Amino acid sequence: MIKTKFDYNKYLRQNTLPHIWCPGCGDGIILKSLIRAIDKLQIKKDDIVIASGIGCASRLPGYVDFNTIHTTHGRALTFAIGIKMFKPRLKVITISGDGDALAIGGNHFIHAARRNIDITLIVFNNYTYGMTGGQYSPTQPIGSYATTTPYGNIEPPFDVCDLAKAAGATWVARSTSYHALQLDKLIEAAITHQGFSVLDVITNCHISYGRRNKMKSPVEMITYQKEKGIPVRSAENLKPEELTGRFKTGLIYQKNDAPEFCAEYQKKLELLKTK
Amino acid sequence: MANNIKLMQGNEAIAEGAVIAGCNFFAGYPITPSSEISEYLSVKLPKTGGVFLQMEDEIAALGAVLGASLGGAKAITATSGPGMSLKQEHIGYASMCEIPCVIVNVMRGGPSTGLPTLPSQSDVMQVKWGVHGDHAIIAITPSSVNESLYETVRAFNLSIKYRTPVIILTDEIIGHMREKVIIMEKDSIEILEIKLPSVPPEEYKPYNYLSGKVTPLAPMGEGYRYHVTGLIHGDTGFPSQKTEVIQNAQNWLIDKIYKNVADIEKFEEFQTGDAELLLVAYGSTSRSSRQAVMMARAAGIKAGLFRPITIWPFPEKQIKNLAKRAKIILVPEMNMGQIIFEVQRCACNSAVHGLNIVNGEPITPDQIYDKIKEITK
Ligand SMILES: Cc1ncc(C[n+]2csc(CCOP(=O)(O)OP(=O)(O)O)c2C)c(N)n1
Ligand code: SF4
Repeated sequence: MIKTKFDYNKYLRQNTLPHIWCPGCGDGIILKSLIRAIDKLQIKKDDIVIASGIGCASRLPGYVDFNTIHTTHGRALTFAIGIKMFKPRLKVITISGDGDALAIGGNHFIHAARRNIDITLIVFNNYTYGMTGGQYSPTQPIGSYATTTPYGNIEPPFDVCDLAKAAGATWVARSTSYHALQLDKLIEAAITHQGFSVLDVITNCHISYGRRNKMKSPVEMITYQKEKGIPVRSAENLKPEELTGRFKTGLIYQKNDAPEFCAEYQKKLELLKTK
Repeated sequence: MANNIKLMQGNEAIAEGAVIAGCNFFAGYPITPSSEISEYLSVKLPKTGGVFLQMEDEIAALGAVLGASLGGAKAITATSGPGMSLKQEHIGYASMCEIPCVIVNVMRGGPSTGLPTLPSQSDVMQVKWGVHGDHAIIAITPSSVNESLYETVRAFNLSIKYRTPVIILTDEIIGHMREKVIIMEKDSIEILEIKLPSVPPEEYKPYNYLSGKVTPLAPMGEGYRYHVTGLIHGDTGFPSQKTEVIQNAQNWLIDKIYKNVADIEKFEEFQTGDAELLLVAYGSTSRSSRQAVMMARAAGIKAGLFRPITIWPFPEKQIKNLAKRAKIILVPEMNMGQIIFEVQRCACNSAVHGLNIVNGEPITPDQIYDKIKEITK
């Protein structure tokens, strides 16, 4: 049993532990942050649905005592949309790796964002396909190495936040597995936001990514997150060239008055009733 | 109130059947020749508070259907050819996680984009085997507009009762033709409702492989918190790699369907009592076959027709029985030969012939009758 000041046990499914993550993996940090945020919001466990795709990150739902769906690779958002539309009173949170959310699930990602449906998507962005052993992913930086980019990656990566915003998400933020306290607040805000919220969390996978890219320990990877992350505000004062190789952290975009899909659908139903 | 007679199109009848069954969720992606189903439901479902969604592709559509079904919806999707190929991933997921859903495939010519507006029956084996991994499937092949409606209701019932995807495997001809439909009074139609489990949440397990009984699927959000995964899982729903759990799970997926064949099967026989020449045909082709049986009878050939309505599981027992008398069997299909292999397997002492015409046109009674003459010569 994990014993700390905060009692995680009431949210963890003891019978499914230990988890499958490698020692030092960043995913556990995000899991704990998610639990703290949900606890802070005091949402009933019965009212939370967590859907995930396939990958290391996507194993998260198995460990937490909510309504949990470990779906197919890339398609968690489609299940999430189905259950959210059918039971809008439920809080639906989707967990994806970067490959899951942006490669195989890229189409679902942009369409969920376009609909602005009240679902939170947390992307566990480790720049790689962790579960399958470190092939290159659509967020992997140019020049870095993977099992399938042995001579260095030449594909430009997606910026998860830019993509989300462009596609219509109304709440977009980034954090890291280093910035755990900020992460708590952002997850809380993402869940509270009425609309499609995307939280890009840079997380460390020293096993599949780090050791091929001169960061073989979790410490080196966490240090990378600390050094390369730059708060949105501070980034505003920097020239573009000073931002190369760095990423913004914090709330990047928020729009509160955009029509939310479930609410719009309900409005139509009401209209039909009066007809 | 008397039964209500309506003129309807086959696809509309499927959609209306869904409404009668209490369907409250549709997600789809447009494709000919199935789009009328979504168009019809886009009008009907919102009027009764149901959800209609047009998703970004067929994979997403079935994903949304499964998400809704986990929430307790009676959910359906409809597609054709290329869309059916995309659905396979989530048909497998629905089989593995035992999530009820109804999937309509209005067959058109293939492979690939094939013949968008013309009929075929080429997806019969895809429906059975298209998903990777071992599983069992229920598929229904209606042969009239009226049957399309009531078989859709039955499809919903079966999907809930056996917690399984059920496929309505119709074809462009049945889907697009217009015929008389008798809308029966609602209380004379059997409709299964989704219920909460009879046990309290702390005792609920989403699966029970060894009990031989299908555990009801608790709608999410009602106090029954459990885990769903496409990984092999035990009774608790959590993944397992224990050899006995794996074997039990695999056995269960097959057994829950095949041990209940008597309940799931449905077929129609026409003049089979003394038939020495048996036709086995389904969907639109069964209509021409029926006509051909009459032509043959008029010419003194003792012909009969066996028509599977539930095509998967395949009605082995009936074919075996009929084949005791019928030493010549003809299987007309609008494909290059699919169900004929099942018939051959069940009727190994009979001469089983195929009539395979795939040219975008229906197989006519004359073509079938000509073939009958040829093989009975
Ligand atoms: C349709 C399909 N294609 C491929 C796979 C194999 N696969 C499993 S996990 C994965 C990638 C996971 O990477 P990511 O989404 O970034 O998550 P991570 O493991 O890094 O957390 C792949 C390709 C699969 N399960 N399903
Ligand atoms: S492979 Fe990487 S992402 Fe997966 S558990 Fe190990 S460290 Fe974490």
